[in-house]
Amino acid sequence: MLAYYLELGFRSFRRARALTLLTLLSIAMGVAACMTTLTVYHVLAADPIPGKSARLFNVQLDAEPKIDYTPGGEPALQLTRFDATHLLADARGVHQLMMTGSNAALDPAGSGSDLRPFLVRSRFTSADFFTMFETPWLHGSAWTAADDAAKARVAVIGRELAEKLFGAKNPVGQSLRLRDRDYRIVGVLDDWRPAPQFFDLTAGAYGRAAEVYLPFETAMEAKLGSSGNMTCWAGSSDPRAVEAKCAWLQYWVELDTPEQQRAYRDYLVHYSEDQGRAGRFERPANPRLRKVMDWLAFRKVVPGDVQLQLWLAMGFLLVCLTNAVGLLLAKCLRRSGEIGVRRALGAPKRAIFMQFLVEAGSLGLAGGVLGLLLTLGGLWIVRHGASEYAALASLDLPMLATTLGLALAASLLAGLLPAWRACQVTPALQLKTQ
Amino acid sequence: MDLLPILHTLKRHKTAAGLIVVQIALTCAIVCNALFLVSQRVEAINAPTGMPDNELLVLGVTGLARGENPVPQTQADLAALRAIPGVKSVVNINQMPFGDDSDNSGVRLDPDENTKPQFGAATYYAGEGWLETLGLHLVEGRDFVPSEYVEGSQAFEQENPDIPAVIVNRAAAEKLFPGESALGKQIYVFGTKPHRIVGVVETLIHPYPSFNSQDDNQRYTVLAPARPSWRGGAYMLRVDPARRETVLKAAAKALDEGSVGVKRIVRRQKLFADMRSDYYRADRTMVWLLCAVCAAMLVVTAFGIVGLASFWVEQRTRMIGTRRALGATRGQILRYFQTENFLLSGIGIALGCGAAWVLSLVLMQQYELPRLPAYYLPAGAAILWALGQIAVWAPARRASLISPVEALRG
Repeated sequence: MLAYYLELGFRSFRRARALTLLTLLSIAMGVAACMTTLTVYHVLAADPIPGKSARLFNVQLDAEPKIDYTPGGEPALQLTRFDATHLLADARGVHQLMMTGSNAALDPAGSGSDLRPFLVRSRFTSADFFTMFETPWLHGSAWTAADDAAKARVAVIGRELAEKLFGAKNPVGQSLRLRDRDYRIVGVLDDWRPAPQFFDLTAGAYGRAAEVYLPFETAMEAKLGSSGNMTCWAGSSDPRAVEAKCAWLQYWVELDTPEQQRAYRDYLVHYSEDQGRAGRFERPANPRLRKVMDWLAFRKVVPGDVQLQLWLAMGFLLVCLTNAVGLLLAKCLRRSGEIGVRRALGAPKRAIFMQFLVEAGSLGLAGGVLGLLLTLGGLWIVRHGASEYAALASLDLPMLATTLGLALAASLLAGLLPAWRACQVTPALQLKTQ
Repeated sequence: MDLLPILHTLKRHKTAAGLIVVQIALTCAIVCNALFLVSQRVEAINAPTGMPDNELLVLGVTGLARGENPVPQTQADLAALRAIPGVKSVVNINQMPFGDDSDNSGVRLDPDENTKPQFGAATYYAGEGWLETLGLHLVEGRDFVPSEYVEGSQAFEQENPDIPAVIVNRAAAEKLFPGESALGKQIYVFGTKPHRIVGVVETLIHPYPSFNSQDDNQRYTVLAPARPSWRGGAYMLRVDPARRETVLKAAAKALDEGSVGVKRIVRRQKLFADMRSDYYRADRTMVWLLCAVCAAMLVVTAFGIVGLASFWVEQRTRMIGTRRALGATRGQILRYFQTENFLLSGIGIALGCGAAWVLSLVLMQQYELPRLPAYYLPAGAAILWALGQIAVWAPARRASLISPVEALRG
């Protein structure tokens, strides 16, 4: 039966080539626009650390002064150095870290290379960073909490930088010079690019990961500074000092069980109240503890433009589908004579309905394949664009299946109305007019 | 015009007619809003900086060691840059529009730091020659006098730096002192010591200008006469635009070779025009994308109209033949199909305008966009009416060429 329907479909295609091609193109273009934007959205809104994202929490404390206070308002997005240091010392989570990022000046002469000095993306953080965020290791390992405490001059570097400075050699034990100080390399990370870079959105949500990692206190002692956002509510000659009233540090904690999470929330409230009694916090306790995906949603990490593009593409698909319905309808009704003959020869309405649905479905599959090619083309354009996330835009297997599925579903949907109208054709009337 | 027979025929083809109407309505709603988005972006991209964009270069330096006193090196850098042929003027400045940094502070009318600031403003610090280099215009007051300039690296070491004079942009002046001159008034930005407003510049835009932002803080800027050192800022050069590429290279070389006692990296060397262009890259992409989708949508809709109209012409061959035989002229047949399309488009456009309005309300809520100006609706209507008439032309003409004899015999 299917083969017969397909044959009929093919014949009708040959008779109404222009109309069929228009329908096909219409479906393919709509699907391609939709899938290109959906893929970009899918990549940008992805879970950057699947399997663990529900156990990693960003911490916020309300340390700002009373003026400008609205009860229950959103506290500052980052922590002061004073608070971060204290939470870290209390170590109430399974793992925890404080951190900031910067561009540090690297002097390759310190590693025995004759390259000219250049700037490297750097992260100044705690030993737990690597465990918490499951970084892939190429050589060596992380520094320890003891290194953190001792302000040890140790560093972890990324693979790209390792190859740039040391070639194929294992850099563990070698030295790295930032500005005018030397650090001992203890580990090398393999290629790693969490997207979005959830743990520090101020450094560009879809940028590349850092190339150098140093213990936080070590970097502060070397006055390597910080970049990203800083909010200060009182003037200070050194905004990065422990006592400065400036929020500029990211703080993350790993909490594995609901009990731990509850306990940690209580701990943050108690900490805030203690700070209030000590006169440091002026506002009532108002901490926040958000897991990765909540944090990303709250920070609206997917660019508004990308969402707008997705809506636009869906609108376009809708127009294309309406168009396809109209064209399919015209094609069906044009064949009223043929339908009349088939009905008169005993074909039930159901058979006519199926015939036209099969025709629409096969058109949809063809449109899907064409749409897939157009989607690949669309993503190629995105990849060669200048956006921060350009390199991330590629089609994975689920999205590929979605493309074909969408095309099929869309065309079947578009085929429903014409097929229904086709099976309403009355044989007698059609045969009489012939 | 004989509308009644058209309406009568359309009644018998409700489904097909309805599809065309829906398609036109959707297209109208989306195209109106998309074109408005395009115009918003284009306006942002072309918003004037008030600066001679094509004459400006930016260079930044980072040191590999923390030298003791950065002032002599800064002065040497400035002298070396000024000596390059083609350089008109040079200034050391802490930040610039479209740059990497944005330094902001609350502006208060009260020395007490615990009072609510009037607003947040971008805080520029610059050395001598800023007005000339940035090509800005004072609408009131004067430029700083030499005695007002301080060394930023020393002044900002203090908790309450001594900065007696500042210049603000017009937006800030009008916000702080509406209806009166801001000249001579005192404001508090850096610490608790007052700064007197000695001048008002027409435009001095925020480092991260955001044209459509609802955030007023993006509009206000303050400039203090504090010379940033080479460590704390960048150099901006105003040059002969014809020679800017060669001057940029020469300037980078001069900074590299002029490093005394400490290794330095020229971390940034850019044409200001390129920085501006990079800053708006995402907006330009969006403009192209929106235009492309609009064009594709119009083409698809046009082909939809061609397809259905051709079908109708074919289906109504007998009717056309009869009308022609009864004396209808070719022109009347042609106009029949044109009028039919005009009617269908009209219904679609009416629905589409309503949908466009609703869509605009949704966009306003979701993306903080301004309301769709009403004149986009007639513009969209005109586009779709024209599109419909163009699309229906070929099928309608084919209909008008049908010979009555053949039609009736067939």
